[in-house]
Amino acid sequence: MGLLSDPNRRKALTNLLTRLNAPICMVCYLAAIVWFMGLAFEPFTLRTYMSENAMGSTMVEERFSSGERALSLAKEFDAHKRKAGGMPVEWLVKAMQARGLEVFTQSFSRKLPFPDENKERYMVRGTNVYGILRAPRAPRTEALVITAPCSPGNSDNQAVGLLLALAQYFRNQIFWAKDIIFLVNEHDLIGMQAWLEGYHHTNITGMEYSPLQGRAGSIQAALSLELSSDVITSLDLILEGLNGQLPNLDLANLFYAFCQKLGVLCTIQGKLQRNDWDTAEGYTHAAQTMMLMVLKQACGRSWGDHGLFLRYHIEAASIRGINGFRHYKMDVATIGRLLEGMVRKLNNLLERLHQSYFFYLLPSLSRFVSIGYYMPAFGLLAVILLLRVSFPGLDHFTFFNPSGPGVLTVLTPVVISHLTGVALYLLPVHLQEMAVEHFPVSETEAVVLTAVAIYTAGLALPHNTQRLLSGEGTEQGWKVLKLTALLYLAVLLGCTALINFSLGFVLAVTLVPITASMTPHMPKALSALAMVLLSPAFTILYCVFIYQELIEAPVSVGEGWMLFLSVISQGILDHALYGSLVYPLLALFIYPCWLMFWNILFWS
Amino acid sequence: MAAHRCGLSLVFILILSSLACPSSCDALEKANENTGEKQSVSDTPREVNTDGSIAAEDLNERQWQSTDVEADRSDGTKDSESFTAAARDQFQEELVIRPLHSGDIYASFQFRTLWDTDFLQERQKVSHYRLFPKSLGQVLSKFSVRELHISFTQGFWRTMQWGQPFIPSPPGAELWVWFHDTVSDVDGNWKELTNVLSGIFCASLNFIDLTNTVQPSASFKPLGLGNATDHRFLRYATLPREIVCTENLTPWKKLLPCGSKAGLSVLLKSEKLFHSSFHSQAVHIRPVCQDEQCTSKAWELRQTLNVVFDLYTSGQGKKEWSLFKMFSRTLTEACPLATSSKVYVDITDNPEGELFELSPATPLLSQAVVLGDRRTYSVFDLTRAEMFGQLRSLNLLLRWKGDSGDMLRPLLHAERYVAGFGLQTGEIHTVIYNNHPYRAFPVLLMDSVPWYLQLYIHTLTVTSKSRDNKPSYIHYQPAKDRHRPHLLEMLIQLPPHSMTEVTVQFERALLKWTEYTPDPNHGFYVGSSVVSALVPSMVAMNTNFTQDQPLFSSFVPVKEESSYFVRVYTEPLLVNLPTPDFSMPYNVICLTCTVVAVGYGSFYNLLTRTFQVDEPSLPLAKRLANLIRRIRGVPLLA
Repeated sequence: MGLLSDPNRRKALTNLLTRLNAPICMVCYLAAIVWFMGLAFEPFTLRTYMSENAMGSTMVEERFSSGERALSLAKEFDAHKRKAGGMPVEWLVKAMQARGLEVFTQSFSRKLPFPDENKERYMVRGTNVYGILRAPRAPRTEALVITAPCSPGNSDNQAVGLLLALAQYFRNQIFWAKDIIFLVNEHDLIGMQAWLEGYHHTNITGMEYSPLQGRAGSIQAALSLELSSDVITSLDLILEGLNGQLPNLDLANLFYAFCQKLGVLCTIQGKLQRNDWDTAEGYTHAAQTMMLMVLKQACGRSWGDHGLFLRYHIEAASIRGINGFRHYKMDVATIGRLLEGMVRKLNNLLERLHQSYFFYLLPSLSRFVSIGYYMPAFGLLAVILLLRVSFPGLDHFTFFNPSGPGVLTVLTPVVISHLTGVALYLLPVHLQEMAVEHFPVSETEAVVLTAVAIYTAGLALPHNTQRLLSGEGTEQGWKVLKLTALLYLAVLLGCTALINFSLGFVLAVTLVPITASMTPHMPKALSALAMVLLSPAFTILYCVFIYQELIEAPVSVGEGWMLFLSVISQGILDHALYGSLVYPLLALFIYPCWLMFWNILFWS
Repeated sequence: MAAHRCGLSLVFILILSSLACPSSCDALEKANENTGEKQSVSDTPREVNTDGSIAAEDLNERQWQSTDVEADRSDGTKDSESFTAAARDQFQEELVIRPLHSGDIYASFQFRTLWDTDFLQERQKVSHYRLFPKSLGQVLSKFSVRELHISFTQGFWRTMQWGQPFIPSPPGAELWVWFHDTVSDVDGNWKELTNVLSGIFCASLNFIDLTNTVQPSASFKPLGLGNATDHRFLRYATLPREIVCTENLTPWKKLLPCGSKAGLSVLLKSEKLFHSSFHSQAVHIRPVCQDEQCTSKAWELRQTLNVVFDLYTSGQGKKEWSLFKMFSRTLTEACPLATSSKVYVDITDNPEGELFELSPATPLLSQAVVLGDRRTYSVFDLTRAEMFGQLRSLNLLLRWKGDSGDMLRPLLHAERYVAGFGLQTGEIHTVIYNNHPYRAFPVLLMDSVPWYLQLYIHTLTVTSKSRDNKPSYIHYQPAKDRHRPHLLEMLIQLPPHSMTEVTVQFERALLKWTEYTPDPNHGFYVGSSVVSALVPSMVAMNTNFTQDQPLFSSFVPVKEESSYFVRVYTEPLLVNLPTPDFSMPYNVICLTCTVVAVGYGSFYNLLTRTFQVDEPSLPLAKRLANLIRRIRGVPLLA
């Protein structure tokens, strides 16, 4: 502790940090990138293992064999779905009742803030049907949920068929200790949101729904099924939920364990596992898988119907059947057995899943990176911001020096930036009618283009008003502003990374280099270009291109632009419909913070 | 209203008993027995409930129809009667089998021991026990117990599918006791009593302490004799987490006079009883009248066991039931110590045999109003040898024909759940349904919530039909942390055909780390809330019901039938509390030590040390010069 209390050594340390500030920052940045990329390298990762005792040692025997019945039920469901032009409520209620379940329905309606062009919906009205299988001699305190969506067209019929066949099979078993809820939800996530809000009697998104009649206590875990063909070649596990929340790693371990046991091909992010980690291809493959997970988690949306459960502290995952790898085929009965095994093990749980990790990244299904391993990558980036606080010139004044620049000098750009942020958050949705009236665009386009326009206008606004309000900017002024902005950004990114590491890291990678080096004395045009290219909006654009590249569906610039626009509209919709926090975070905090640095660049 | 009804019932019983055989000293018992042989379901007399409050067990309260179906009096009964009269105690056993609406089968056993003695009043040492179990008798006299009700239940009674049970009970263990008003240290007696009962029933009743015991002011009135209204002598506790299994069944069976050797109790095989959808066993002890003048007390011990078998899982698709399939035993004899031993099968929904087929058929029928509904039963009297036929065994067989029906709409139904998410606050919702088409009736809601859910009582709302419904009586006792639970009792008027929602918000407390259960992530249980009510009966509702009722009797509904007492238990709640990560004590200790050592140490150092600037040491020449100067007395060099 002599380091801090000894003035000489303290001075030496400060000198070192001040003198070697830029090189240290460079080294930190590079180290962060290298560390992050190294996470996917197999020798650096840990093998997954089952932490939960109740699921580990107790082997269960799977006997489900009515795959044919599941397929015929799927056909029947499809026929009734076509006839009803949506959820075949009556048929489903009868089918569930015939299988000995307590059946209830819930109707809901939701008017979207603006039309969703991807899914072509605006006024949504639908019905959820769910049946509860009551466990014998259980007091209705715990439940498990299995869901299948009722989607338009040909998709997910097999999921509903399998759901009903499983219900019938489960009803004849005596070992259930938890009630099992079989839920068929209409309008994918909107129906799911309505059901979950109804079940927990909350209303956070302005959904209109009829109250639920039947409940089964606190839900311990949920599985969501997506099957769209009779023959499946592999199963894909989807974990990323709303706001980047992930279910407990034991759920993924459970899935993997049963895939191994039944010899089922399983993938994550649609990528099969490879065994050649020591070759370049093997490493690239793992890195791609992990990057996909990072990008999906960073965007904060729910990538399957399971994603909304996580808010309610219910561990959930989606299992999607994929028909692609040609020579390897399995029937529905095998998937039924896999689900039976998973549900039986979940049924054995004495406590909620809590033993394993909640924060992790998966380079493959059998390997994981825990929070202790990936956090240093972000820490190295965050440290740059803190180091820059002590950059030359800033250590000569104190913040509350009365002779220094007035509070107003700093406050004005801060307030103006945040007002722009508020405008970016509020105006696109509220001004859509006006925009539609004056321009020949659809509502969705109007919203997105308004957002882009406000974003661009924000670039021009602050530095003009800055001159107007407080006259000539002083040298001290921008330094105080930079100090404030650096600390602000560090706190923002730090908090974000704690909740959603991927989002924090992606933002830090792009924002840190330019914000850390920003001064008004740099060549204006060049640095302005660099700043714009590393702004939050462009970060989204890069993410779109990288994502398309990683899922092996590269797009041209034009298509990429269209995708970018749809990503923005989806982000706004996710916020309005499910309470995703990425859009408000970007609009209300990250963008204003970036604007403050923009302001420094044009300080005069 | 209740007082009026009790008065009527008293009159009714008096008339009934005086008609039968007024000379005997235990005339009441005999009178009842006689009627019982004719038509009764359970031949317990209607006890005189002098305090005039709401009393449960109104299922005893029924009126026998005059549709007399051949009832010959067997001589065997007479014999055992004279035998028991000498010993002044008697034992009855019966089994009711009810095919449920959902296709399941409900079997309800009742064993009743009646003993004309009083442990408490005479202060005499009762040491000779015959039919009454000694273990319980000693407990009653030692702790001056006036009334004791204990139930162990595994599973939840599904009112929507099964209708009302004969004797309701909440999931887990429930114990309520009225102490005699001479007891000075009620809490001390209660504590000891729970520990003793815990030993008798092999249950975790010793977990009952002051933190989960309440004294309800109105919901639990004595069911037997007595004028107790002072709820200081009442203790009520539930253990929703208690798991009931064979180890609880064995001591329960040991209390029976015939054990599991003869009579109906041979059917009580644990491997079948716990292969069911619902299992509940209970012991009720209360004082009753010995005769119609009620000059002296008798003690009644009533052991009940209710079980619901699932048609789906055990039947393997075959819709066929028999005593052998249900219990893996058949009946071969009545318990020799029993004065009556009967099996009833509810055939109300099956007048022409279209729903199921019952064999062997019995000509003996009985009608009774049970839970506000007029039911018809086939009676099998096990004391008659011809019941067992050639094979010397009775195996009732029930073959289903119809399909299982839709969900029921019981007149009174309640459910409860926790709303909200996150680990800070939440909201308890209790929903009570009144499905009566035109009658409003009041219900008494009792909620006992552990202290670690801190109720915000100002957020209590009661709404029916989206309008505020002001309870006419509220009794609220706030919790004391670690000492006593919340108790909330309310009298709420339920409008006809309505749903009433009672909500109250709560905050989850942070427990001390030793207060968590061994599996804290499972959650913490909140016991069932209790809804007690006098429900308007179906019989009274149906004014066109004239087939087997004379016209003159049906214009004004008989008060006895117009409403019946029901107690409905909601499901218990499982609530998660903020839980530390107990799997990481090592990490936590390491981290704490590091923080203390590095962080605290250095900061303490920085804050308390005084810093001084070191004087640079002077060169040797100057020091020498200063030495000389000091000697000379000249100012020193700097």
